[in-house]
Amino acid sequence: MWLDFFKKKKKKSAQEAKERLQIILAHERVANKAPFLDDMRKDIIEVIKKYVDIDPKSINVVLQKDESVEVLEINIPIK
Amino acid sequence: MAGKVITITSGKGGVGKSTTTANLALGLALAGKRVVAVDLDIGLRNLDMILGLENRIVYDVVNIVEKACKLNQALIKDKRTDNLYLIAAAQTRDKSAVNAQQIIDLTNELKQSFDFIILDSPAGIESGFKNAMLPADEVIIVTTPEISAVRDADRVIGILESNEKNEMSLIINRINPVLVKKGDMMSKDDVLQVLSIPLLGIVPEDSNIVSYTNIGEPSILHKDSKSGKAYKNIVQRLLGHDVPLMDIMEEKKGILKSIIDFFKE
Repeated sequence: MWLDFFKKKKKKSAQEAKERLQIILAHERVANKAPFLDDMRKDIIEVIKKYVDIDPKSINVVLQKDESVEVLEINIPIK
Repeated sequence: MAGKVITITSGKGGVGKSTTTANLALGLALAGKRVVAVDLDIGLRNLDMILGLENRIVYDVVNIVEKACKLNQALIKDKRTDNLYLIAAAQTRDKSAVNAQQIIDLTNELKQSFDFIILDSPAGIESGFKNAMLPADEVIIVTTPEISAVRDADRVIGILESNEKNEMSLIINRINPVLVKKGDMMSKDDVLQVLSIPLLGIVPEDSNIVSYTNIGEPSILHKDSKSGKAYKNIVQRLLGHDVPLMDIMEEKKGILKSIIDFFKE
């Protein structure tokens, strides 16, 4: 424990760089690969709002690629 | 003979595309292959100086596609090996001076007499990059372990995929082992996890590169150069040999330095 006193603890910046990149690139890959996704997301929100109460901000649209299958994942939390 | 077209690109500028092009082209030529390096950064000619051939240029790539000269007249022979030729970029024109079809035609012609045609792409994702990438049989993406370079590399990978250029590999340039050890620079594994394309090689940061460029002698010509060794390994891989990755993390330090480093953290 006394060692921590001498060695100032700080988060490793490389780790932070990697995490930030993984998040931003997940977004950018979808946006570049499927530019229609933003419009589709708006349409889906409109349709669902007619029937249930949702928070548009909490909707999460992800395009994922696992080996050979591409999966479009839409998460809609209901209030 | 049907040569192979390899395009060197990066997205972000200043990560070492032209230095990589110069070293790999020279390395392949010294290994006995017939090589031509083509600078496609029209308007920002640089490969000629990195290779130390700037005084020999009479005609350039724009002169060829405009048929102002014969192909042979624009092929500049290297000073060190008979196997390497350079086609320089035009310096007084811009990227609109050539189109993709012209570069495809040019590379098809070059394939008849060379084993490797190495295209040095301009930075960015504009038409100059597309001209360089469309004729490629294989694309090498150069990045450094910095977020802006990795992000731009990812964008380039996406564009290459949508153009069905799937023969891609990655060179991670300018890795600083001291920073990686301290956790202040992404390691090769960090970058690979983010980009997920096959790794062709890693090149350690080498401050001597500045002076090698100053005198127009790529590091692969310098026996004791760290980056030169790394480029030699990459050349061997391009020739189909299985060469283990360079251990750039290995670093010997004295006891005093270890103690100082311990307290510096």
